[in-house]
Parts: sequence; C-alpha cells; structure tokens
Amino acid sequence: MVHITSPAFKANAARALADAGLQKALDRSKGTSHGKRAAAVAALPEFERLRDIGRDIKNHTLANLDFYLEAYAAQVERAGGTVHWCSTADEARAAVLKICRDKGARTVTKGKSMISEELGINEHLEAHGIEPVETDLGEYILQIRKEPPSHIIGPAFHLNREDWESTFREIHTELPKDRVFHERSDIMAEARTKLRSRFLAADVGITGANFLIAETGSSVIVTNEGNGDLTQTLPKTHIVLASIEKVVPTLEDATSLLRLLARSATGQDFSVYTTFSTGIRREGDLDGPEDYHVVLIDNGRSNMIGTDFQEMLRCIRCAACMNHCPVYGVTGGHAYGWVYPGPMGSVLTPTLIGIDKAGNLPNASTFCGKCESVCPVKIPLPKLMRHWREREFERHLSPQSVRSGLAFWAWFAKRPGLYRMATKLGIGALSLLGRGKGKFTSLPLASGWTAGRDLPVPEPGGTFMARYKAQKAADQRAARR
Amino acid sequence: MSKDAILGAIRRGLKRGPLPADQQAMLAGRIATHPRHLIPARSRLPRAEQIALFIRNVEKEFGTVERVPDHAAIPAAVADYLAAQNLPSRLVMAPHPDLTDIDWSTRPMLEREARRAEAADAVSLQHAWAGIAETGTLVLPSDAQRPTTLNLLPDTEIAVLRASDVVGAYEEAWDRLRAGAPDALTGGFMPRNIMLVTGPSRSADIEQTLELGAHGPRRLHILLVEDEPAPRMESPSEARAEATTQPGAPAAPGD
Repeated sequence: MVHITSPAFKANAARALADAGLQKALDRSKGTSHGKRAAAVAALPEFERLRDIGRDIKNHTLANLDFYLEAYAAQVERAGGTVHWCSTADEARAAVLKICRDKGARTVTKGKSMISEELGINEHLEAHGIEPVETDLGEYILQIRKEPPSHIIGPAFHLNREDWESTFREIHTELPKDRVFHERSDIMAEARTKLRSRFLAADVGITGANFLIAETGSSVIVTNEGNGDLTQTLPKTHIVLASIEKVVPTLEDATSLLRLLARSATGQDFSVYTTFSTGIRREGDLDGPEDYHVVLIDNGRSNMIGTDFQEMLRCIRCAACMNHCPVYGVTGGHAYGWVYPGPMGSVLTPTLIGIDKAGNLPNASTFCGKCESVCPVKIPLPKLMRHWREREFERHLSPQSVRSGLAFWAWFAKRPGLYRMATKLGIGALSLLGRGKGKFTSLPLASGWTAGRDLPVPEPGGTFMARYKAQKAADQRAARR
Repeated sequence: MSKDAILGAIRRGLKRGPLPADQQAMLAGRIATHPRHLIPARSRLPRAEQIALFIRNVEKEFGTVERVPDHAAIPAAVADYLAAQNLPSRLVMAPHPDLTDIDWSTRPMLEREARRAEAADAVSLQHAWAGIAETGTLVLPSDAQRPTTLNLLPDTEIAVLRASDVVGAYEEAWDRLRAGAPDALTGGFMPRNIMLVTGPSRSADIEQTLELGAHGPRRLHILLVEDEPAPRMESPSEARAEATTQPGAPAAPGD
C-alpha cells in the first residue's frame, strides 16, 4: 500500500507552500482547469439537469447494489470472463498475482487506475518478480521517479517541463545525452517510442474501470492517450480492477454519467477514447485478449452503505472538486498523504484508512462550498467533512488545543449577549489596528494562523450581525414609506 | 466466500436481506427496458444539420473530414490524403466488404493489406460502424471485419463512414446495436470491444498543455460517404474558429 503521510498534513502543507516549483505548477493548473470546465458546462444547457440525473442513477444503484453486482457478474461470465470478488486489499493483490503467475507473466502493462494505487498493486507484483509498467504518460514518469500521483486525473501535474527533461535524460540512457527537447511534443514522442515496445511485449494488461455495466457485463475506461486501450487490447490477458460502487444498471445510465464526466474533469465534451470491454476475444476476431478477469474490490466500501458516507460512493472520480479547492490549490495533492487528495479525498480517506490517521484532512477545508457546487453527482462534500470533524471530536482525537479553543468559543456562543459584545470589541480593535493596511500578515497570539495566510482587515461598520440588523431595520423603514 | 461477505455487508448496510422476487423482477425490467434519460437538445436536428454538427464536432477535436460522393471515390481520396500528408502510400485496412469490395485498381500504387494492425503499420483504413453527431464521435465495435488494433497502432487512422450511419445521440447507437443482435434482451449483443473515438490521441500530462499523438493515432481523417440524399451544407470551417484550444496552447488536463 502507498505509504501514508496523512497524519503529517500540516507539515506536508507547510513544505508545499515553500516549494516554488510546485507553486508554479499549481498556479498553471488552476488557470486552465476552471475555465475549461466552465466553458464546457456553459455549452450544454442541460448540464444542471444532468447532474440531478447522475445523482439519481447512482442513488438508485447503491440502494440495489447487491442486485446489480450479481447481475453484472453473471453477464461477465456469460461473455467468457471471470469475476474475482475481493473483500480486502490483500485478497485483491493475491488475485491479481495469481492470474499473472498462472499466465507465466514477466511484464504487465498498466492503464492509469486509482484503485491500483490504493491497493499497491505495483509494489506487490515487483516483490514477486513481475515487472509492472505504467503507460499513462503522467504515471510513467512518476513510476520512474518513484513518486505517488498528486492528482487523480493528471497524476504528474506537480511536475514542470524541466523535471520531465531531466528525468528522461537520466533514465533513457541509450539515447544521446545532449539531445534537445525543443517542444513538449519531443518529450511525449520519446515516451511513446519507449512505451510502444513495452505494450507489444507485455503478457498481461491491467486497467481500472470508470463504470461497470450490469446490463451487458462491460467495463468502461475513459482516456485521451489511448494507452488504456493498448493495454487492454494487445496482451493475451486483460485484468480489470474495479471497486464495487462502479456498477451502473444500463448503457443508458453509463451514457448519462459519461456526459458529466469529461466536462467536469477536463472540460472536454467527451474524452478521446471511451471504450467498452465485454469478455474475451470472439470467434473470428483478429485481436483482443483471450482471457478477461474482473477483480471486484470492496476494501471498505460496503461499510459506507447505510451511513452518512454512502453519498460518497456516488463519486465518479472527475477531480472537479480538487481542481476548484482553494486548499488543494496551494498545497497540491501530495500533502494529503495518501491516494485520494482534495475534498473527495478528505471524505474518502478517513473511511478507508481511519479517522485516527486522516483526521487532519476533513479539517483542511474552508467550507467555501465550491467543491459541492461543481460535483457532477452533487455529493455534499462539506457536509460529509463536517461529519468527520464531529466524529473526530466525539472520539477525542482532536488535539487538546483545538478542544480547548472550541470549548472556549462554545462558552461564548451559548451567551449571545456576551458573544456579540466580545466580537464587536474584537472587530473594532482589528479594524482600528489595521486601518489603511488592508491585511494583517502577522498577529499576536495567532502567528500559527498568519504564518501561512493573511487576515483581511475587517471593514468599518461592525460585525456581520450588527450590519445585518441595521440593514433589516433600514429595509423595514423603506417598506413603511 | 468473499462474494457472500460483500453482498452480506451491503445488505446489512441497507438494513434488509436479499431483495424479494417482485423487486428483483422490477429491477430486471429496468435493465430490459433500459429507459433513456435526458438527451441534450443539441443533436435533435434535421438530418442535414445533424451531419454538419457531426463534422463540426470532429473538427473541433482536431479530426478532419472529407465528404466523398460514393465508395468508388475512396481510393483517390485516400491516395490524395496520404500524398498531401507526405505519408507512404501503404496501408493496413479492415477486412470489411464496404472496403474490400471497392475497385482499388484505379490507384494501383496504393499498397493494401486487409488484416489487423501490427507495430510497423503507419496508416490504417478503418470501417466506422456509426458516427455520433452530439460530440463528433466514431463508434467502432470489434469483430472479424473491424479489428481494434487499426484504431490504436498506426500513426494515422483513416475511417470510412456512411452519412446514413450518423446518428444524433449515443443512445441511438445503442439501440441500433441491440436491434442488430439476436439476444438483445439479455445483454448479449455487445461485441468484445466498442471504442468510441473522438478525435486523435492526445495528452496534457506535460504542463497541462495539449499535445496530439500520445499513444494512439496522431491524425484521424474521416471519409464521409454521402449515401443519403441530403442538401450539401457549406463547409463547416467555422468550427476551427470555435475550437478554443490549439495544440501547443494551454489545455485542460488530459488523462
């Protein structure tokens, strides 16, 4: 399994803020991803209604998940495939290894798959003498650099061009040392050439799945590069890794979700390759795998059903929430310390590795609500993060300073008169102190907070409540006139 | 067994046992009737406009389209395209009767082999089963006459598509697929593989900047055979202007 550094989120975040290369990469991402999504959504007037439909399809499926999983598995077997039901990550790793060994596999090509990262498939295969080769351009360089992905769609977004060039020079040693990368396309062409021979030589191809379809027993992958398709077409054996919540009832259901996925993820109307795989090579087919295995993984999902966190199982892994998150936008994905970063990770990670280890993540949010507003299946991410904060507090996992601070605040909050007086004094003092400054870059007693951020100077006019009351009174006077 | 453990855990979460027979029948009915959800209005157009939308969307995604009057015009169109792109006049093509029945003797210099693609093939000629106007997408189901490797290994893919096979939305393609299969009611109509292809291969993994030709074809050229009487539309070159992202310019994340 990927090494977990989630408990060190604060230290990770501090390091990320001081990393100039990372900040350059993050600034670049924000600019492009927001605009592209917004343009794609604006070009489809039905997008909002599709979000409701997407949410309803997933809710219907989850309410009948046992039925649809059995229906799906029956169709896979009908098409000549095999389904391996795995409750735990251990079982899933063992199932993958066994299939590879039965085929005498030496190298395995892989399409990008987050569940593979979650299970640590690569480490497991390597430990048993089988070489996994990541073929997604981003995953390829991360495998060489021995880094985890920092984003679920663009795993290597944290790298800059110079990182690509130096890594390729270091690893592709048979090529001239002084070769020049004039364009980014030269970097890509080199990776394409290197990987082509790996595709052709692989014994097994492993992909994830964006959807599984109960009607037909199909697994669906969505890519732009075509690496997933080469991975699942050329080797004799195709292994699909998929968690149980990926299933949907019909082609029509998958289609409605596909209309949401690419627009939310990359701002494309549709990804370049959306591919439906169903079982084994048919009589007369000239290509395609002779063996088709689906490793169907629970690994903690079924525990979420019937709880507050069931809604998280609607997630289609588009990454819109992290692309729009102000916290992810400055810390990047590695700070979150495990496989899934950003708001979706802050909800999912505690369910999968425990709130004791991941308690910092649901606290790494300003609750601005942007994630929920862009989620294609309307997952109430802030609400779910709040649930985690409550559980953390109930289980006495939050640090003493936080608990004392909350107790102090609660004492005031239960005494509204006193609370209003104290906030009025506080706001007044800050407003006075910061007159003409615009923002505080440091404050006594709050240096921990201001070390990483600036505090805007409150505008004159009092607290929110005071101004709200004044406005309401003014409105009433106007109405009487 | 893990299957029972997983299903049991799901049912415990849902606070029920296995679904009663009548509810199972209802869900099986939902699968058998596969109701459509909302279909965006953008593809609900008169025929000629639907085809124009298809072309516009292909070009928006950096594919190219050439309209040809009939299949007899394909050898010349292929040869001219390869010459214009400075590509060798040698191709691997789908063993589909629409392509193999063409009289290729008009272009004797064009070397052709009907088979799956291999690593050394530079150009493929594929038979497109359908096109989807909504997003300019080709539907390429695998079978003995339509190998999947033709869509992946060569650097250049040329696809032959009949205008009469262009539909508006994905759902129409699914229904055509079901109609063509004997056991559509039980979901057994799916070929091993269906690729929905929208433009040439690309990646934005390097600095979120779009580059074409990542692992699959760098060029996707569609020969649209005008086999149905449709009024000729003006050239949809304005689609180029609509395309907001050019190769080499900042793009959204790829995969």
